[in-house]
Amino acid sequence: MKAIVYVELKNGVLDPQGKAVSETLSRLGFDEVKSARIGKRIELELEDGLAKDAAEARVKEMCESLLANTVIERYQIELADA
Amino acid sequence: MKAGVIIFPGSNCDRDAITALKDITGQDPVQIWHKTTEWPKGLDFVVVPGGFSYGDYLRCGAMAGNSPIIPELKAFANSGGHILGICNGFQILTETGLLPGALLRNAGLNFVCRNERLIVSPNSSAFTSEYQSGSEIIVPVAHHDGNFFADDATLDMLEGDGRVAFRYADNPNGSARDIAGILSENRRVLGMMPHPERAIGGHEGGSDGRAMFAGVMNALATA
Repeated sequence: MKAIVYVELKNGVLDPQGKAVSETLSRLGFDEVKSARIGKRIELELEDGLAKDAAEARVKEMCESLLANTVIERYQIELADA
Repeated sequence: MKAGVIIFPGSNCDRDAITALKDITGQDPVQIWHKTTEWPKGLDFVVVPGGFSYGDYLRCGAMAGNSPIIPELKAFANSGGHILGICNGFQILTETGLLPGALLRNAGLNFVCRNERLIVSPNSSAFTSEYQSGSEIIVPVAHHDGNFFADDATLDMLEGDGRVAFRYADNPNGSARDIAGILSENRRVLGMMPHPERAIGGHEGGSDGRAMFAGVMNALATA
């Protein structure tokens, strides 16, 4: 089983990298871009045979203890059969 | 005063901290490798130094904040020990929850490396006891992720409780309310982005950081 974790800055937390990307896209003529936010995608390969609920609970624990800093970031978990 | 310095893989200001502590206290500080779970006996003061622990992987300070030594560091803090987190050390202390908030990428995106003017905020900590409240000191900064962030309620609490130790006179990184350093509730844990250990003798360009270490030493001597 695979778990995909998306970590991004919370709304309202300044993302200067996203801002720079957005500005550069505008400069390149992509005028439709109003803003850009940059996040991370973390792919975890988990042991086979885990129950989905149990796996999700464990990955949530991983997010809380290491993968995300919930002072500034939020996360989203997706589970997929490998 | 018995001092120690925690060393992580990628710490690069540990030597600066050791040199500063030795110069000011006259004794070699204990070097504590991050993988140990045995806390040296009799420590009064610990520096969590600057650098790029674990290559800043995932987030600055995230890996170091989960090192084997961290539960011991927390126990030391809970027992009333004095801790100074400098730069990456500040980031690590916020990751462990010993200090509130987080350090984001500098608003201007650039790595900032220069002398900064800091204003000593009114507070009552050993770290600032040798400075005049409201005075201006010059301490170098060198960081990419020093933009202090916390929600408004936390910022109000820090300001209301006199837990802001230093503010930038000329904010180099977009930090909320110009905050350069903050204190724990018991005022014995200080996290700051500027490097006082790089301003102790003059040959590095200044000596305004010296009074911080002297302040801790005096407070411990009279305790």
